[in-house]
Amino acid sequence: MTQPGPGQAWDEGGPERLYVITGGRSGSSAPTALDLVTLIVATSGPGPGMQPEQAAIVRLCQRPLSVAEISAYLGLPVSVVTVLLSDLLADQRVTSRPPVPPAKLPDIALIEAVIDGLQKL
Amino acid sequence: MDFRSSEPTVGPRSEDVLPETATAAVKVVIVGGFGVGKTTLVGSVSEIRPLTTEETMTQAGVGVDDTAGVERKSTTTVAMDFGRISINDELVLYLFGTPGQERFWFLWRGLFEGALGAVVLVDTRRLEVSFDVIGRLEERGVPFVVAVNSFPDAPEHPIEELRGALDLPASVPIVACDARSRASSRDVLMALMRYLQSLAATTEAS
Ligand SMILES: Nc1nc2c(ncn2[C@@H]2O[C@H](COP(=O)(O)OP(=O)(O)OP(=O)(O)O)[C@@H](O)[C@H]2O)c(=O)[nH]1
Ligand SMILES: [Mg+2]
Repeated sequence: MTQPGPGQAWDEGGPERLYVITGGRSGSSAPTALDLVTLIVATSGPGPGMQPEQAAIVRLCQRPLSVAEISAYLGLPVSVVTVLLSDLLADQRVTSRPPVPPAKLPDIALIEAVIDGLQKL
Repeated sequence: MDFRSSEPTVGPRSEDVLPETATAAVKVVIVGGFGVGKTTLVGSVSEIRPLTTEETMTQAGVGVDDTAGVERKSTTTVAMDFGRISINDELVLYLFGTPGQERFWFLWRGLFEGALGAVVLVDTRRLEVSFDVIGRLEERGVPFVVAVNSFPDAPEHPIEELRGALDLPASVPIVACDARSRASSRDVLMALMRYLQSLAATTEAS
Protein backbone atom coordinates (compact mmCIF):
# COMPACT_ATOMS: atom_id res chain seq x y z
CA MET A 1 0.00 0.00 0.00
CA THR A 2 2.98 2.34 0.12
CA GLN A 3 4.96 4.15 -2.51
CA PRO A 4 6.41 2.22 -5.39
CA GLY A 5 10.15 2.11 -5.39
CA PRO A 6 12.28 4.28 -7.62
CA GLY A 7 11.54 3.81 -11.28
CA GLN A 8 8.99 1.14 -10.51
CA ALA A 9 6.08 1.12 -12.90
CA TRP A 10 2.59 0.99 -11.54
CA ASP A 11 0.34 -0.63 -14.03
CA GLU A 12 -2.97 -0.98 -12.25
CA GLY A 13 -5.63 0.56 -14.41
CA GLY A 14 -2.97 1.43 -16.94
CA PRO A 15 -2.57 4.75 -18.71
CA GLU A 16 -4.72 3.57 -21.60
CA ARG A 17 -7.71 2.93 -19.41
CA LEU A 18 -7.32 6.35 -17.83
CA TYR A 19 -7.12 7.88 -21.30
CA VAL A 20 -10.47 6.32 -22.15
CA ILE A 21 -12.12 7.54 -18.95
CA THR A 22 -11.12 11.15 -19.51
CA GLY A 23 -11.76 11.05 -23.26
CA GLY A 24 -8.14 11.84 -23.88
CA ARG A 25 -8.22 15.16 -22.11
CA SER A 26 -5.52 16.04 -19.71
CA GLY A 27 -6.10 17.74 -16.41
CA SER A 28 -4.00 20.75 -17.27
CA SER A 29 -6.69 22.19 -19.55
CA ALA A 30 -9.36 21.79 -16.89
CA PRO A 31 -11.12 25.12 -16.46
CA THR A 32 -11.83 24.78 -12.76
CA ALA A 33 -9.06 24.87 -10.22
CA LEU A 34 -9.69 21.97 -7.90
CA ASP A 35 -7.71 21.42 -4.78
CA LEU A 36 -7.26 18.05 -3.07
CA VAL A 37 -9.54 19.34 -0.34
CA THR A 38 -12.14 21.12 -2.44
CA LEU A 39 -15.47 19.72 -1.22
CA ILE A 40 -17.80 18.45 -3.93
CA VAL A 41 -21.56 18.16 -3.55
CA ALA A 42 -23.94 16.67 -6.11
CA THR A 43 -26.93 18.73 -7.18
CA SER A 44 -29.01 15.63 -8.00
CA GLY A 45 -28.76 11.89 -8.43
CA PRO A 46 -26.91 10.21 -11.30
CA GLY A 47 -28.60 10.82 -14.64
CA PRO A 48 -29.07 8.53 -17.64
CA GLY A 49 -26.26 8.56 -20.14
CA MET A 50 -23.69 9.53 -17.56
CA GLN A 51 -20.34 7.84 -17.82
CA PRO A 52 -20.06 5.17 -15.08
CA GLU A 53 -17.25 7.02 -13.34
CA GLN A 54 -19.21 10.25 -13.37
CA ALA A 55 -22.31 8.51 -12.07
CA ALA A 56 -20.18 7.04 -9.31
CA ILE A 57 -18.93 10.51 -8.36
CA VAL A 58 -22.47 11.89 -8.27
CA ARG A 59 -23.53 8.96 -6.08
CA LEU A 60 -20.59 9.52 -3.72
CA CYS A 61 -21.22 13.24 -3.44
CA GLN A 62 -24.80 13.24 -2.19
CA ARG A 63 -23.06 14.67 0.87
CA PRO A 64 -19.92 16.85 0.71
CA LEU A 65 -16.77 14.90 -0.07
CA SER A 66 -13.24 16.08 -0.83
CA VAL A 67 -11.55 15.51 -4.18
CA ALA A 68 -8.97 13.38 -2.34
CA GLU A 69 -11.67 11.14 -0.87
CA ILE A 70 -13.39 10.76 -4.23
CA SER A 71 -10.06 9.70 -5.70
CA ALA A 72 -9.47 7.22 -2.88
CA TYR A 73 -12.92 5.62 -2.99
CA LEU A 74 -12.95 5.31 -6.78
CA GLY A 75 -9.34 4.18 -6.97
CA LEU A 76 -8.62 6.78 -9.65
CA PRO A 77 -5.71 9.25 -9.68
CA VAL A 78 -6.53 12.78 -8.60
CA SER A 79 -5.67 14.09 -12.07
CA VAL A 80 -8.34 11.85 -13.62
CA VAL A 81 -10.93 12.72 -10.98
CA THR A 82 -10.23 16.40 -11.62
CA VAL A 83 -11.02 16.05 -15.31
CA LEU A 84 -14.24 14.13 -14.59
CA LEU A 85 -15.24 16.77 -12.05
CA SER A 86 -14.63 19.62 -14.47
CA ASP A 87 -17.23 18.19 -16.80
CA LEU A 88 -19.68 17.57 -13.97
CA LEU A 89 -19.15 21.12 -12.74
CA ALA A 90 -19.67 22.54 -16.23
CA ASP A 91 -22.92 20.57 -16.50
CA GLN A 92 -23.89 21.72 -13.00
CA ARG A 93 -24.26 18.13 -11.83
CA VAL A 94 -22.10 19.00 -8.86
CA THR A 95 -21.02 22.16 -7.09
CA SER A 96 -17.71 22.82 -5.41
CA ARG A 97 -16.91 24.36 -2.07
CA PRO A 98 -13.39 25.70 -2.43
CA PRO A 99 -10.89 25.47 0.42
CA VAL A 100 -9.88 28.54 2.36
CA PRO A 101 -7.94 30.56 -0.22
CA PRO A 102 -4.15 30.67 0.26
CA ALA A 103 -4.24 34.46 0.12
CA LYS A 104 -6.14 34.48 3.40
CA LEU A 105 -3.57 32.35 5.22
CA PRO A 106 -2.47 32.48 7.91
CA ASP A 107 -5.86 33.60 9.13
CA ILE A 108 -5.87 33.97 12.88
CA ALA A 109 -9.58 33.23 13.35
CA LEU A 110 -9.20 30.09 11.27
CA ILE A 111 -6.16 28.91 13.23
CA GLU A 112 -8.03 29.50 16.47
CA ALA A 113 -10.99 27.47 15.20
CA VAL A 114 -8.63 24.60 14.40
CA ILE A 115 -7.05 24.84 17.86
CA ASP A 116 -10.53 24.66 19.44
CA GLY A 117 -11.37 21.65 17.31
CA LEU A 118 -8.12 19.83 18.15
CA GLN A 119 -8.67 20.47 21.83
CA LYS A 120 -11.86 18.42 21.65
CA LEU A 121 -10.05 15.40 20.20
CA MET B 1 -10.47 -4.15 -0.83
CA ASP B 2 -13.38 -5.99 0.74
CA PHE B 3 -15.86 -3.29 -0.25
CA ARG B 4 -15.54 -4.12 -3.93
CA SER B 5 -16.95 -7.59 -3.63
CA SER B 6 -19.88 -6.79 -1.36
CA GLU B 7 -21.37 -3.67 -2.88
CA PRO B 8 -21.14 -2.11 -6.30
CA THR B 9 -21.31 1.37 -4.78
CA VAL B 10 -18.19 2.35 -2.88
CA GLY B 11 -17.99 5.24 -0.51
CA PRO B 12 -17.66 6.36 3.06
CA ARG B 13 -19.15 4.30 5.84
CA SER B 14 -22.22 6.03 7.25
CA GLU B 15 -20.25 7.34 10.23
CA ASP B 16 -17.66 8.83 7.87
CA VAL B 17 -20.12 10.97 5.93
CA LEU B 18 -19.57 14.69 6.36
CA PRO B 19 -22.53 16.83 7.41
CA GLU B 20 -24.26 18.96 4.78
CA THR B 21 -22.98 22.00 6.68
CA ALA B 22 -19.32 21.26 5.84
CA THR B 23 -18.39 24.31 3.79
CA ALA B 24 -14.62 24.59 3.76
CA ALA B 25 -11.58 22.45 4.24
CA VAL B 26 -7.99 23.08 5.15
CA LYS B 27 -4.99 20.79 4.96
CA VAL B 28 -1.80 20.04 6.79
CA VAL B 29 0.99 17.97 5.29
CA ILE B 30 3.01 15.39 7.22
CA VAL B 31 6.29 14.92 5.44
CA GLY B 32 9.23 12.67 6.19
CA GLY B 33 11.40 9.81 5.01
CA PHE B 34 10.36 6.20 4.50
CA GLY B 35 9.06 4.41 7.54
CA VAL B 36 9.27 7.44 9.79
CA GLY B 37 5.69 7.10 10.97
CA LYS B 38 3.68 9.35 8.63
CA THR B 39 0.86 6.87 8.12
CA THR B 40 0.85 6.01 11.81
CA LEU B 41 0.49 9.65 12.79
CA VAL B 42 -2.29 10.31 10.29
CA GLY B 43 -4.11 7.18 11.47
CA SER B 44 -3.75 8.11 15.13
CA VAL B 45 -5.64 11.37 14.85
CA SER B 46 -7.92 10.75 11.88
CA GLU B 47 -11.65 10.29 12.42
CA ILE B 48 -11.82 8.11 9.32
CA ARG B 49 -9.71 5.10 8.59
CA PRO B 50 -6.82 6.55 6.56
CA LEU B 51 -7.45 6.53 2.83
CA THR B 52 -5.00 6.35 -0.03
CA THR B 53 -5.06 8.52 -3.08
CA GLU B 54 -2.81 8.16 -6.06
CA GLU B 55 -1.22 10.64 -8.34
CA THR B 56 0.41 9.79 -11.61
CA MET B 57 3.03 11.80 -13.33
CA THR B 58 4.90 11.57 -16.53
CA GLN B 59 8.47 11.95 -15.51
CA ALA B 60 9.71 13.82 -18.53
CA GLY B 61 9.16 17.55 -18.65
CA VAL B 62 8.05 17.89 -15.07
CA GLY B 63 11.28 18.14 -13.14
CA VAL B 64 11.98 21.85 -12.91
CA ASP B 65 15.53 21.16 -11.84
CA ASP B 66 16.14 18.65 -14.60
CA THR B 67 18.76 19.53 -17.09
CA ALA B 68 17.76 19.39 -20.75
CA GLY B 69 18.05 16.22 -22.75
CA VAL B 70 15.81 13.90 -20.80
CA GLU B 71 14.19 11.87 -23.53
CA ARG B 72 12.77 8.94 -21.64
CA LYS B 73 9.17 9.17 -20.51
CA SER B 74 7.89 7.05 -17.71
CA THR B 75 4.73 7.21 -15.70
CA THR B 76 5.08 6.93 -11.97
CA THR B 77 2.26 6.59 -9.51
CA VAL B 78 2.74 7.59 -5.93
CA ALA B 79 0.31 6.83 -3.16
CA MET B 80 -0.46 9.36 -0.46
CA ASP B 81 -2.21 8.50 2.77
CA PHE B 82 -4.59 10.95 4.25
CA GLY B 83 -6.99 11.31 7.12
CA ARG B 84 -9.59 13.77 8.27
CA ILE B 85 -10.61 15.64 11.41
CA SER B 86 -13.90 17.54 11.59
CA ILE B 87 -13.00 20.76 13.36
CA ASN B 88 -16.59 21.96 13.67
CA ASP B 89 -19.81 21.75 11.65
CA GLU B 90 -18.36 23.88 8.85
CA LEU B 91 -14.63 23.29 8.87
CA VAL B 92 -12.77 20.09 8.03
CA LEU B 93 -9.05 19.48 8.44
CA TYR B 94 -7.32 17.00 6.14
CA LEU B 95 -3.93 15.51 6.91
CA PHE B 96 -1.77 14.24 4.07
CA GLY B 97 1.28 12.08 4.55
CA THR B 98 3.85 12.42 1.80
CA PRO B 99 7.35 11.04 1.34
CA GLY B 100 10.13 13.55 1.73
CA GLN B 101 12.63 12.24 -0.80
CA GLU B 102 13.40 14.61 -3.61
CA ARG B 103 12.02 12.33 -6.29
CA PHE B 104 8.56 12.76 -4.80
CA TRP B 105 8.63 16.52 -4.75
CA PHE B 106 6.50 16.61 -7.90
CA LEU B 107 3.59 15.91 -5.55
CA TRP B 108 4.20 19.02 -3.58
CA ARG B 109 2.64 21.55 -5.90
CA GLY B 110 -0.92 20.41 -5.32
CA LEU B 111 -0.24 19.50 -1.73
CA PHE B 112 1.34 22.59 -0.28
CA GLU B 113 -0.68 25.09 -2.26
CA GLY B 114 -3.08 26.47 0.30
CA ALA B 115 -1.84 24.19 3.07
CA LEU B 116 -1.87 25.70 6.54
CA GLY B 117 1.55 24.28 7.20
CA ALA B 118 3.56 21.12 7.56
CA VAL B 119 4.91 18.71 10.13
CA VAL B 120 8.37 17.41 9.32
CA LEU B 121 8.53 14.00 10.92
CA VAL B 122 12.11 13.17 11.77
CA ASP B 123 13.78 9.88 12.49
CA THR B 124 16.99 10.67 14.34
CA ARG B 125 18.59 7.57 12.85
CA ARG B 126 18.32 9.14 9.40
CA LEU B 127 18.50 12.88 9.40
CA GLU B 128 19.56 13.35 5.74
CA VAL B 129 16.05 13.30 4.28
CA SER B 130 15.00 15.94 6.76
CA PHE B 131 17.71 18.35 5.60
CA ASP B 132 16.40 18.37 2.06
CA VAL B 133 12.77 18.61 3.14
CA ILE B 134 13.43 21.49 5.52
CA GLY B 135 15.43 23.37 2.91
CA ARG B 136 12.69 22.92 0.39
CA LEU B 137 9.94 24.05 2.77
CA GLU B 138 11.94 27.14 3.70
CA GLU B 139 12.38 27.92 0.01
CA ARG B 140 8.66 27.66 -0.58
CA GLY B 141 7.79 29.65 2.52
CA VAL B 142 5.73 26.85 4.05
CA PRO B 143 5.56 27.18 7.83
CA PHE B 144 6.45 23.95 9.62
CA VAL B 145 7.26 22.37 12.95
CA VAL B 146 9.60 19.44 13.44
CA ALA B 147 8.35 16.34 15.26
CA VAL B 148 10.86 13.76 16.40
CA ASN B 149 9.40 10.29 16.45
CA SER B 150 10.68 8.25 19.35
CA PHE B 151 11.92 4.92 18.10
CA PRO B 152 13.38 2.72 20.84
CA ASP B 153 16.70 2.11 19.09
CA ALA B 154 17.22 5.71 18.02
CA PRO B 155 20.04 7.70 19.55
CA GLU B 156 18.78 10.27 22.04
CA HIS B 157 19.43 13.80 20.90
CA PRO B 158 18.62 16.70 23.13
CA ILE B 159 16.30 19.05 21.23
CA GLU B 160 18.86 21.83 21.05
CA GLU B 161 21.45 19.49 19.60
CA LEU B 162 18.95 18.53 16.91
CA ARG B 163 18.22 22.16 16.23
CA GLY B 164 21.87 22.66 15.55
CA ALA B 165 22.15 19.53 13.44
CA LEU B 166 19.13 20.55 11.34
CA ASP B 167 20.24 24.17 11.25
CA LEU B 168 16.84 25.40 12.41
CA PRO B 169 16.20 28.92 13.65
CA ALA B 170 15.18 29.23 17.30
CA SER B 171 11.64 30.19 16.29
CA VAL B 172 10.80 26.83 14.69
CA PRO B 173 9.30 24.48 17.28
CA ILE B 174 10.76 21.00 17.70
CA VAL B 175 8.59 18.53 19.59
CA ALA B 176 9.06 14.90 20.56
CA CYS B 177 6.22 12.57 19.69
CA ASP B 178 4.99 9.03 19.57
CA ALA B 179 3.04 8.76 16.34
CA ARG B 180 1.19 5.71 17.69
CA SER B 181 -0.46 7.81 20.35
CA ARG B 182 -3.50 9.88 19.50
CA ALA B 183 -2.79 12.42 22.24
CA SER B 184 0.84 12.77 21.24
CA SER B 185 -0.03 13.17 17.56
CA ARG B 186 -2.73 15.68 18.44
CA ASP B 187 -0.12 17.64 20.41
CA VAL B 188 2.10 17.77 17.33
CA LEU B 189 -0.73 19.34 15.34
CA MET B 190 -1.42 21.66 18.22
CA ALA B 191 2.25 22.75 18.24
CA LEU B 192 1.92 23.59 14.55
CA MET B 193 -1.27 25.58 15.14
CA ARG B 194 0.24 27.54 18.04
CA TYR B 195 3.22 28.31 15.85
CA LEU B 196 0.93 29.47 13.01
CA GLN B 197 -0.98 31.54 15.52
CA SER B 198 2.22 33.30 16.58
CA LEU B 199 3.16 33.87 12.93
CA ALA B 200 -0.26 35.29 12.15
CA ALA B 201 -0.04 37.58 15.19
CA THR B 202 3.33 38.92 14.04
CA THR B 203 2.03 39.46 10.51
CA GLU B 204 -0.98 41.35 11.76
CA ALA B 205 1.07 43.47 14.11
CA SER B 206 3.53 44.59 11.46
N1 LIG C 1 8.46 3.05 18.41
C1 LIG C 1 7.74 3.73 17.54
N2 LIG C 1 7.39 3.13 16.37
C2 LIG C 1 6.69 3.82 15.48
C3 LIG C 1 6.28 5.17 15.71
N3 LIG C 1 5.60 5.61 14.63
C4 LIG C 1 5.56 4.60 13.76
N4 LIG C 1 6.19 3.51 14.26
C5 LIG C 1 6.34 2.23 13.57
O1 LIG C 1 7.19 2.42 12.48
C6 LIG C 1 6.76 1.67 11.35
C7 LIG C 1 6.56 2.57 10.14
O2 LIG C 1 5.50 3.47 10.37
P1 LIG C 1 4.61 4.09 9.18
O3 LIG C 1 3.59 4.93 9.82
O4 LIG C 1 4.16 3.04 8.25
O5 LIG C 1 5.68 5.00 8.48
P2 LIG C 1 5.51 5.79 7.09
O6 LIG C 1 6.31 7.04 7.27
O7 LIG C 1 4.08 5.96 6.75
O8 LIG C 1 6.22 4.81 6.10
P3 LIG C 1 6.20 4.80 4.49
O9 LIG C 1 4.84 5.25 4.05
O10 LIG C 1 6.50 3.39 4.12
O11 LIG C 1 7.28 5.73 4.07
C8 LIG C 1 5.49 0.97 11.78
O12 LIG C 1 5.81 -0.34 12.13
C9 LIG C 1 5.04 1.75 12.99
O13 LIG C 1 4.33 0.95 13.91
C10 LIG C 1 6.67 5.76 16.95
O14 LIG C 1 6.36 6.92 17.23
N5 LIG C 1 7.38 5.00 17.81
MG1 LIG D 1 3.10 5.46 4.91
